[in-house]
Amino acid sequence: MRHLTQLRIGPIGFRIGSHWRRPLAALDDLYRDYPAPHDGIADFNVHLFAARPWRRVLRPSVHIAGDFVIPDAAPLPLAQGLLAAEMGMNLQMALGLRRFLLLHASMVERNGRAVLMTGISGAGKSTLAALLMARGWRLMGDEFALIDCATGLAHAFPRLVSLKNEAVDVVAQALPGARFGPLLEGTPKGAIRHLVPDACAIAAMDVPAEPSLILFPRFGFEAAARPVLPSEAFVRLTQSSTNYVSLAERGFDALTRLVQSVPARAIDYPDAETAIAMVEALA
Amino acid sequence: MLYRAADPATLRVVPLDALTLVYHRASGITHIVDAPVPEILAILAEGPRNVAGLLGVLVERFDLADPDPAALAVRLDELVGAGLVERTCAI
Repeated sequence: MRHLTQLRIGPIGFRIGSHWRRPLAALDDLYRDYPAPHDGIADFNVHLFAARPWRRVLRPSVHIAGDFVIPDAAPLPLAQGLLAAEMGMNLQMALGLRRFLLLHASMVERNGRAVLMTGISGAGKSTLAALLMARGWRLMGDEFALIDCATGLAHAFPRLVSLKNEAVDVVAQALPGARFGPLLEGTPKGAIRHLVPDACAIAAMDVPAEPSLILFPRFGFEAAARPVLPSEAFVRLTQSSTNYVSLAERGFDALTRLVQSVPARAIDYPDAETAIAMVEALA
Repeated sequence: MLYRAADPATLRVVPLDALTLVYHRASGITHIVDAPVPEILAILAEGPRNVAGLLGVLVERFDLADPDPAALAVRLDELVGAGLVERTCAI
């Protein structure tokens, strides 16, 4: 690859190669306060490449590959190269991570206690995590929560927060001094803008936390909260984990321990303000 | 036809609430089961039984409301399919 960069997010190091400078320049800028991989050795490689040499310049489209690939993944236009790099890193995590039980969840921490929020796309995981960060919580991640199978502790993965559509303006108003990436319009998920986690989230990204609450938020409903039994939490978390099956008995042990030791709640909310109040009351 | 539970060393049984998790080491599959499956596995772990013998123990120990040998046989076939129960020869 002609252009290369390296960075570390929480415990995971990445080496990203690209046929174009532009996506890596955006990464270098937005991740400028992040460290390099431990000992300079990345856990995962990501490749951003043109399928044909002329597609580097003629209607350039960015294909995503790396150590782990999805066949026939659709390429993105070069203007969305930053999104391609983020998707490439997510893909490696989702398909290749074996060191931790990976849950598709956002996570915030206060006083050493981590709150995990998981749900379908559009449930508000990223938005709630960003708004809680604005209220002084430590952002541990907006996409993946990493559960240590031996200790049960939650490890942070504070990548750029991916804000979509209406959430872009809501979070920009709540965090007027924050750093944002460019507004990427017309992506497969609509308009996307990346938010750089605050200095606290980056400085403390190697500090794990004890999981203390699991939330299943749902946006667009009257405010309501109900307890979720461990068996239901188990089923929903297996659905939100990309590596539960491949971890075999280690994954079973980590997940049974989590649902047996941490209370879970399903919360419905009509707007972000209500959700924040509900989370802070439950946590 | 006699039935017996899979080797206990191949099963991890974790009761949660109304439901019980059974991790089957031999296949790597997690089963989420309701009563009376954990009870059936516990009885068949004590030794092989046929349908009538198993039903008798379930009625005696768990006050089974509606003892139905046909339904129990279907359930046992499902557990055999999942690898949690094995058929064994009566001889």
